[in-house]
Amino acid sequence: MNFLDYFKSKKTNTASVAKERLQIIVAHERGQRDQPDYLPQLQQELLEVIRKYVQISDDMVQFEVDRNDSFSVLELNVTLPEK
Amino acid sequence: MARIIVVTSGKGGVGKTTTSASISTGLAKRGHKTVVIDFDVGLRNLDLIMNCERRVVYDFVNVIQGEASLNQALIKDKRVDTLFILPASQTREKEALTKEGVEKIINELSETFDYIVCDSPAGIEHGALMALYYADEAIVVTNPEVSSVRDSDRILGILQSKSRRAEMGQDPVKEHLLLTRYNPDRVERGEMLSVSDVEEILAIPLLGVIPESQVVLNASNQGLPVILEGQSDAGQAYEDAVARLLGEDREHRFMTGQKKSFFSRMFKGG
Repeated sequence: MNFLDYFKSKKTNTASVAKERLQIIVAHERGQRDQPDYLPQLQQELLEVIRKYVQISDDMVQFEVDRNDSFSVLELNVTLPEK
Repeated sequence: MARIIVVTSGKGGVGKTTTSASISTGLAKRGHKTVVIDFDVGLRNLDLIMNCERRVVYDFVNVIQGEASLNQALIKDKRVDTLFILPASQTREKEALTKEGVEKIINELSETFDYIVCDSPAGIEHGALMALYYADEAIVVTNPEVSSVRDSDRILGILQSKSRRAEMGQDPVKEHLLLTRYNPDRVERGEMLSVSDVEEILAIPLLGVIPESQVVLNASNQGLPVILEGQSDAGQAYEDAVARLLGEDREHRFMTGQKKSFFSRMFKGG
């Protein structure tokens, strides 16, 4: 920091940007970590079955596993294309 | 029964070997019979940091494969007489570290040592998995920087799912956060993640904060574990970390920056 910099406006706080980005990515990765190993395969096969009947792209299907204490819920959301 | 401590991080270059050298030296200095094992097959460096690189005759893989006895391979430290080093092999394949082989050696060491410190290689491949598999405790070395924190979280996930304790359904591996290369001045300027930021994200207990210091490089240049630089901030910070590892209650130090006067800020740079 030199004489002139001292009077410049405050620099952006990059540490808080880092913290925010980390909180998001770490939460996302922890969610994936807890998923059962077979999930990607299951996801792929379900997609193939659905495609036998309707033409959908990968991003039109959402898989979500919700964990509760005694049970887990596999939530499958399929957006059907408009006719 | 020895306490088995893995020093791990996921990311490379954050200070695992520096930490392994200092923590094991610190434990031994307090009279605990300690062995530090280099798990980085092919890229051995603990010997250099501990200044015994010219005394390596046999290594970890030789012992696993029955080509040498443990006593032949263990190198006795010249400074602290309760400290021993088991060097990694420089020439073998990583896969030479089998789960059974490592277990056999750890069991044998367990009979005579109080502490077994496992210096993990970087990454999450075979060598890193072997280093953490038998651990009772883990020191997760982290720099206050995005990629290091993310990798540390990944390693925590592996400790919780792939260690022996996890597989056997025993009590989980006890996790400790060691934040290294910490620069309080940069934290105060909002340029670096703070201790509390990293604690909040990783959510594991803090073992210590090692300030970024020129002493660390100077010590490794000479093959001196930095904890033996007793006058330095980094050396004292490691000393505190060892004390906490042994259950002592020590206040954290070296977490605030040098206060600079208005004039020195203006003319000498922040």
